[in-house]
Amino acid sequence: MTDALHHRSITAHAAALRAGEYSCEELTRHFLARIEKSERLNSLITVTAEGALAQARDADRALRQNGGGAGALAGIPLVHKDLFCTRGVLTSCGSKMLENFISPYDAHIIEKLGAAGAVSLAKSNMDEFAMGASTETSYYGAARNPWDEARVPGGSSGGSAAAVAAGLAAAATASDTGGSIRQPAAFCSLTGIKPSYGRVSRYGMVAFASSLDQGGVIARSAEDAALLLREISGFDARDATSLREEVPDYPNLLNGGGGGGGSPPLSGMTVGLPKEFFGDGVAEDVAAAAQTAAEQLQKLGAKICEVELPNSAAAVPCYYVLAPAEASSNLARFDGIRYGHRAAKYADLNDFYERTRAEGFGAEVKRRLLVGAFVLAAGYYDAYYIKAQKLRRLIAEDFARAFEKCDILAGPTTPQTAFALGEKLGDPVAMYYSDIFTNAVNLAGLPGISIPAGFDRAGLPVGLQLIGRYLDEASLLRAAHQFQLATDWHLRAPENFS
Amino acid sequence: MSIDREQIAHIARLARIQTDPAQSDELARDLSRILELAGEMNRFDTDGVAPMSHPHEAELRLRPDSAEPPDEARRDQFQRIAPAARRGLYLAPKVPKLGE
Repeated sequence: MTDALHHRSITAHAAALRAGEYSCEELTRHFLARIEKSERLNSLITVTAEGALAQARDADRALRQNGGGAGALAGIPLVHKDLFCTRGVLTSCGSKMLENFISPYDAHIIEKLGAAGAVSLAKSNMDEFAMGASTETSYYGAARNPWDEARVPGGSSGGSAAAVAAGLAAAATASDTGGSIRQPAAFCSLTGIKPSYGRVSRYGMVAFASSLDQGGVIARSAEDAALLLREISGFDARDATSLREEVPDYPNLLNGGGGGGGSPPLSGMTVGLPKEFFGDGVAEDVAAAAQTAAEQLQKLGAKICEVELPNSAAAVPCYYVLAPAEASSNLARFDGIRYGHRAAKYADLNDFYERTRAEGFGAEVKRRLLVGAFVLAAGYYDAYYIKAQKLRRLIAEDFARAFEKCDILAGPTTPQTAFALGEKLGDPVAMYYSDIFTNAVNLAGLPGISIPAGFDRAGLPVGLQLIGRYLDEASLLRAAHQFQLATDWHLRAPENFS
Repeated sequence: MSIDREQIAHIARLARIQTDPAQSDELARDLSRILELAGEMNRFDTDGVAPMSHPHEAELRLRPDSAEPPDEARRDQFQRIAPAARRGLYLAPKVPKLGE
């Protein structure tokens, strides 16, 4: 347990900043100093110290002048995954292809957090174009897990997770196409929420697989995640898939629902445990921790039932057809003509494209683009792409059926805890299976959250994934928050970064 | 399904990615493994199931079909980071010579 400044919650910082215990500038300097001392984690690609200090001074001014009227996140230092466009700052997506891409505009998420007063400390490391589960495919080198520096922090938002776990920022933005928020949150003992598809605008978030991509956050607690999610959610005309639904006041719903008249806080909520998430292939300690966590939810008043997701074994194969197919279309934009890397020598236009892309993309991105081109090619389209789309429906229907019996689902976020650097890099399919419990959630467009649920015998964090009905992030956050009021897993910090 | 060097060359052309012949075998092995994984989809019966392409399954919202005046300031801003641009135009390599 730690009460260090850099491991405090956003709520605690917000109160302290308003009470004048320390200034936004002091807090920002504190994090910047820690960033400087933690370079070995390689969790960040670009540190924007000057900009951060200027934002911090603005926040100090706003708090002095407006007090309670200042933005909800006034002076809260964050890091942003390097696939969110940030005006005037390198937005590399972890790729050589964009190593010179100084974005001319801000992503929607960046605008919203900036408007709420947040300070942007740095851009975080990630798997190249978010394709990976370990942050090892980054052009900028692998990031390390603060809990064990010989291990990966997960991915693709591994830099965001490592930075928050190490106390280099109060929280981080991240994105999740198949588990890229939840899996690193699990590996680094953090709370990571992937909102429902359409809840958060994708404007300015470099596209990987557009029907699966969703921006979200990695934070220290469900309470912090709720605060951040409220700020980044909402309609944005610039994203054709952005929803017009009203955004619930998440922080004020954390204690809502049950608990009235002295009844336990989660009374009235039914939690389904998918039996497929507790079967073969799940490490013993991970399954045990998830089971214990489910019992904790029961102690808090929730009813527990077993549910079935009979097509869940189809999720990984289905995902690794659809995501590469969408990627091969999305990443066609990287042509060396309008921005990004451009080959110096070439014979003709086709040779120019082929060399530009061969030089700019790394091995995993190339593999996926080739797979995408294959499954979309004439002769294979029906057998692969259409087949995967049919399975997508079966997977989504499994969830719909399960939610007739329960309000949220719970299970391990990942089958194993953090693996060693290099362990799965030579075996793409082994790496893909690291997202076995998270892929299906993106296919169905549902919200999911990973919360700390203990440690395995090697001392590595275990994550519990909660999955909700479409647009019901509030139930996930409420269950997570109540769990965190009764447990202290989320308050622990890695020894070398306490 | 397994994939051979010739198929790799074909899809690499479709994807506009030059492949290194020295790495073709390794790439063929990796892609074959991935397609083998994809082949596991066949264990599931999808007869009569309609394909699902998107979580919303609603029609995309369209903006009004109206012309907007060109925003030259924005264009200039975007072209400042282009590998090559001149007088508001992106410069691209010549398309194959006339007469070919």
